[in-house]
Amino acid sequence: MASPLPDPRILPSGDTALTVEFGRTVDTAINARVLAFDRTVAAARLAGVIETVPTYRSLLVHYDPVATGFADLSRKLLALARHPAPSEESTRRWRIPVAYGGAHGIDLDALAERHGITPDEVVRRHTSGDYRVTMLGFTPGYSYLSGLDPSLATPRRNDPRTETPAGTISIGGIQTGIQCIAAPSGWHLIGRTPVRTFHPHREPMFLLEPGDAVTFFAIDAVEFAASDAAAAAGEIVAEQIAP
Amino acid sequence: MSLLAVDHVGPATSVQDGGRFGAQRYGLTPSGVMDRPALAVANALAGNAPFAAAIEIGPFGARFTVRDGPLRVALAGAAREATAAGRPLPMQTTVLLAAGESLVLGAARDGVFSYLAVEGAVCGEPVFGSLSVNALAGLGSPFPRPLRAGDVLALRDAAPLAQERRLPLAPAPQGPIRIVFGPQHEEFDAAAQELLLASEWRVSALSDRMGYRLDGPAITRAHGHDIVSDGTVTGSVQVPGSGRPIILMPDRGTTGGYPKIATVISADLGRVAQTRPGHAIRFHAVTIEEAQQVARHMATHIASLANLVQTGGAAFDLAALQSANTAGVAVSAVDAATWQSPAGPDDKDQP
Repeated sequence: MASPLPDPRILPSGDTALTVEFGRTVDTAINARVLAFDRTVAAARLAGVIETVPTYRSLLVHYDPVATGFADLSRKLLALARHPAPSEESTRRWRIPVAYGGAHGIDLDALAERHGITPDEVVRRHTSGDYRVTMLGFTPGYSYLSGLDPSLATPRRNDPRTETPAGTISIGGIQTGIQCIAAPSGWHLIGRTPVRTFHPHREPMFLLEPGDAVTFFAIDAVEFAASDAAAAAGEIVAEQIAP
Repeated sequence: MSLLAVDHVGPATSVQDGGRFGAQRYGLTPSGVMDRPALAVANALAGNAPFAAAIEIGPFGARFTVRDGPLRVALAGAAREATAAGRPLPMQTTVLLAAGESLVLGAARDGVFSYLAVEGAVCGEPVFGSLSVNALAGLGSPFPRPLRAGDVLALRDAAPLAQERRLPLAPAPQGPIRIVFGPQHEEFDAAAQELLLASEWRVSALSDRMGYRLDGPAITRAHGHDIVSDGTVTGSVQVPGSGRPIILMPDRGTTGGYPKIATVISADLGRVAQTRPGHAIRFHAVTIEEAQQVARHMATHIASLANLVQTGGAAFDLAALQSANTAGVAVSAVDAATWQSPAGPDDKDQP
């Protein structure tokens, strides 16, 4: 029988939030604990909790210090962490179209060369991956995914670009990212998706949830242009696969 | 319906309320007001809920003109010269503006942000319960961006016969900005933590609604690497590789990969927001229990503001109020001119 998991650490993040830290490294097992704990906290509906932000390794809990206090909330959260309620993992699966290379993925060729493979092989390996959304953050809809083929892992660029386009699909370290709005980035840009993970005038406003499963499939530039127009108008364009 | 036309405004002027909560898990930052107590004062005068939407006015001057029906407005936050229909308008005093009359605001004399509340509050279509402008996300109502000349806001008519109201100006809080250490203070040794408390920090001109950058000695880390991203709060004191701390403000990224040595307590965030570029702040560490005690006192105070509002018709001693307003030290416009947007975030752990 496996030894019991260590308690998470509770760290103050000022007087209106606290961090429940499950680890300090990029580790999918730690992330799975974070996401399970997030579901447990949501189900517990603790007094004073405003919202939670799951990340790769920790859960940030925003709360109202008028309704609860640090010591009281910490005690309740630790109790929940020790006795998590059984809760369902996300079974949502998405297929997301990507136009790889060329103007849509200006770093694809260099990344292929760096790893001694062809650009087509990078695309083959990237579209073969079975990914999980580990967290969203940085900018609206930016999705960090685990599950990248380790042979594609690439350290962050030394000279981050000050602006990269909306929809960029990129690789940074052992993660791959889906970027929704134009933003600075030091990751390697291998393609673009027409999918808006965030659209301020669409229901749902946010497409992906932490824990969702994702695969990518390649489209060409013409298909990208058509899908991009539809997505801008509020269509989802990603394919949701029934569980 | 009354209309408020924007004749001219400077940068960093936008509709803000208490903030947009519930979607930080999707990377959507709360945005919202930079100085919460100042917004609550303006709204108490206008008869609105404490964190109802108002116009957050950046450090430069502005001019608005009322069209159609009458509007009642009040100004709080950073003190500035103001005239309503040509007559001096003291801070923290309501005034009724008839159609065709203008409100002319000078540059902030001290502080950065002032709040123009209107009776009935700014109207719009809330998203996640908020009208706050988040220009990056394209959210905010009635305009999903900062205000600019030519914009017209539709507002409820004022009750013309109601008495004018005022709130006496409270003395500006003094003393250091209070922080709670954590969540990543263990990434720093005792000397680095002491340096944070012992140093004088100057707010950099590269500061904005995302974050206030501080100039001072470099705080070096015991462990020479960034952390794996975790969640941020407004008030997080993050330390990037340069060692110069950045206090995260309401338009911050929701997650970040720089260690956060400390967090500014919520009650002192407005004071940080009102610190002009080039001006200094110091930090003082308090316990989480003390910080939460202060937060509860602040909440009680804000809830009591509506009861502290005085009505006095035309009997106010406007001259006395105005002189109280001008007691602050004049600040040169050159200072405000240094206010500029920084380059984009350069967080090592961000994409």
